[in-house]
Amino acid sequence: MTLLLFLAQTIRIAVPYLFAAAGGALAERAGIVSLSLEGFMLGGAFGAVIGAHYTDSAWIGVVSGVVAGLGLAGMHAVCTLRFKADQIVTGVAINLFAVGITRFLLQLAFDSSSNSPRVAGFGGENVGGALALASNPLVWLGVAVMPVLAFVVYRTTFGLRVRAVGEHPAAAASLGVPVNRVRYAAVLGSGALAALGGTYLALDQHQFTDSMTAGRGFIALAAVIFGRWDPMRAGVACLLFAAAETLQIRLQATQIIPSQFVAMIPYVLTIVAVAGVVGRSRSPAALGRTTE
Amino acid sequence: MTTPTAQIGPAPVVRMTGIQKHFGAVHANRSAEIEVAAGEIHALVGENGAGKSTLMKILSGMLPADGGRVEVGGRDVTGWSTTQAIVAGVGMVHQHFMLVPTLTVAENVVLGREPVNVGTFDRDRAIREVETLSKQSGLIVPAERLVADLSVGEAQRVEILKTLYRGARILLLDEPTAVLSPPEVTELWGVLRRVRDQGTTIILITHKLDEVMAVTERITVMRQGATVAQLATRETTPEGIARAMVGREVDLAIRDGQRVTREPGRTGTANGLIVSNLTVRGARVERAVNDVSFTVAPGEILGIAGVEGNGQTELLEAIAGLRRATSGRIQLGALDITAATVRERADAGLSHIPEDRHQRGLILDYSVADNLILGQQHRFTQRGVLDRHAIATNAAEQATRFDIRPANTTAKVRDLSGGNQQKVVIARELSRHFIVLLAAQPTRGVDVGAIEFIHDALRRARDAGKAILLVSAELREILTLSDRIAVMYGGRIVTVMPRSDASEAVLGPFMTGARKGSQADAA
Repeated sequence: MTLLLFLAQTIRIAVPYLFAAAGGALAERAGIVSLSLEGFMLGGAFGAVIGAHYTDSAWIGVVSGVVAGLGLAGMHAVCTLRFKADQIVTGVAINLFAVGITRFLLQLAFDSSSNSPRVAGFGGENVGGALALASNPLVWLGVAVMPVLAFVVYRTTFGLRVRAVGEHPAAAASLGVPVNRVRYAAVLGSGALAALGGTYLALDQHQFTDSMTAGRGFIALAAVIFGRWDPMRAGVACLLFAAAETLQIRLQATQIIPSQFVAMIPYVLTIVAVAGVVGRSRSPAALGRTTE
Repeated sequence: MTTPTAQIGPAPVVRMTGIQKHFGAVHANRSAEIEVAAGEIHALVGENGAGKSTLMKILSGMLPADGGRVEVGGRDVTGWSTTQAIVAGVGMVHQHFMLVPTLTVAENVVLGREPVNVGTFDRDRAIREVETLSKQSGLIVPAERLVADLSVGEAQRVEILKTLYRGARILLLDEPTAVLSPPEVTELWGVLRRVRDQGTTIILITHKLDEVMAVTERITVMRQGATVAQLATRETTPEGIARAMVGREVDLAIRDGQRVTREPGRTGTANGLIVSNLTVRGARVERAVNDVSFTVAPGEILGIAGVEGNGQTELLEAIAGLRRATSGRIQLGALDITAATVRERADAGLSHIPEDRHQRGLILDYSVADNLILGQQHRFTQRGVLDRHAIATNAAEQATRFDIRPANTTAKVRDLSGGNQQKVVIARELSRHFIVLLAAQPTRGVDVGAIEFIHDALRRARDAGKAILLVSAELREILTLSDRIAVMYGGRIVTVMPRSDASEAVLGPFMTGARKGSQADAA
């Protein structure tokens, strides 16, 4: 029973990572640095709460969350692809912008600087229970997202072009592949996916709280790197990080180890994992270079 | 010289007239023109920086022309895109391969025109189509292998297949033999003739005159951006082409490897290079350089022949300090530099012309003047501040001495032609104090006139008592310059012989691994 609970909690924590890491893998395979996953997630979380609040429908929340993610991703794409802005600088800017704009709109819409009112969500009330988990369609979607992305990347024409564009854009262009169009699609897709992660978070907690994504976008990016830009491996990395977090929560309750150390576990694991693998892995060759 | 001597039929398949193209301050094409008849192999020759590649990139839609007119098949196609060019059957094989290393051969070939099966990429059909095309054209490639794992010759075949897959009827090849071994070159000619016989027109950019004589029917010669001659191959001679290219008489004997061999002034190795039992790890193999020993005496050029990828790169990088040796020892005279830093090696008298000038030799976005002091910047400072005046004086001096064009040394190196970029590297490495010079592919992608110049510079350095280790994929260059010749195969030095014993016929079997000498210690 404990094991089942442990697994359920791991999945619950992993879902936002899976969505965001899928977005990260897609954009990075196309050569666009995904530093802005965090911002996309936060935007998605806020968008979802707005939609759910005004319509009382979780599904409308999903749609509005995705729309918010697409909006931010669109900004990112236009800055980096059309105006050739530095991808890292733009990514950081998008993250800061997302924090600012959600805080501003939170004040405007709900007259609060900390959180939104309670909104609709999926599933029952006993949060953490395996049953509630299974009744949430976003959980199923999150579990399926990496296999689906792997199929798209390795088995479709679009995926082939994404990989070509991320490795050798000049070669792709010389064959008439519309490099920028492929990259726009990949960045928008990554925005939508990461926003689904944020949407899940917000609907799971039935509210938006200021800066609620709390670095999850960066952990998802670490999972992408740890997974060597391969969707399935990145998915495994997400589960691993989520398991570490679950462990941390459990250990915190026991108080055997000082809680400060326990709280570090997921982050230390992330650092160790990424540091151990980064030297040996190879990023898409054209990652971060859009000015050619 | 400007009068076309070889008229062709009324309807050339390619006609470019009055083409103008500027890159910043560089005037790459000035009223360049070319006419190519259907079904011929046409040579486009000229020195580096003559504007050949630019002209072909305009023809293939990669670059827009600033002026002039491009006609293909009698249709005005000026300013078209690569996509339109591909549709019209114009395909270009670039000097630097345009292949995605992480994709398979089949995926590279079909990219952009992928076969589809219910919305998904039909990998099996892609493989089948590539294999069929491969059989038809005689370009044998492993369709399912990753491009990263191919040899250079195989990669080039993939490049040609890519254009044929798109139905190319006009095939542009930019210096296709620069990276090939002699047998691969012969094979390429066979393929090109076969493709030509199947109705494809071929334009071959090259500066190797023997290639021009061997496979082409007509020749367009460019110099300084303009077309200076249009010749029929059988009515001209290599000397005639060279004269048109350079604009003066050129001593082709130098290029043909006929030189008076002289016994090296053996003065011991007190100031030479001594490599003992050197083993170096490569990117993929554990022993890219496998227990190699040799010496280079002052006043001697030791040439290392061999097909690329047999450990030459790793050997030079280890000596230059860019790659750590697994075991063994490297000495400059009595001084052990095995563990020295690059700066320490330079201070001890090691000079290095790296094989890849873009990756190792130059910072493309720096000016010519700044590139000329790289690695010696500490000698051009006053109290820690760069002495701009001294840098400019040095640059002006080197530009004159090494005939670097344009003479404006504030220009970015990126805007220079390949030949002039190489001259910047050579000027820098030869103008400083050194006793041992590593020269890797010193004339790669460099034109006839510059080759002559660079070879002379290397000989003068040798005669001044420098020890020179020369590595080149051009067997002729090795034969032309070396006093002794070693052959590398599979990370080992398989033979060492004096120049007088060597010839292409003697070295060939060693280079392909067909013959293995005793692991000769070249003491």
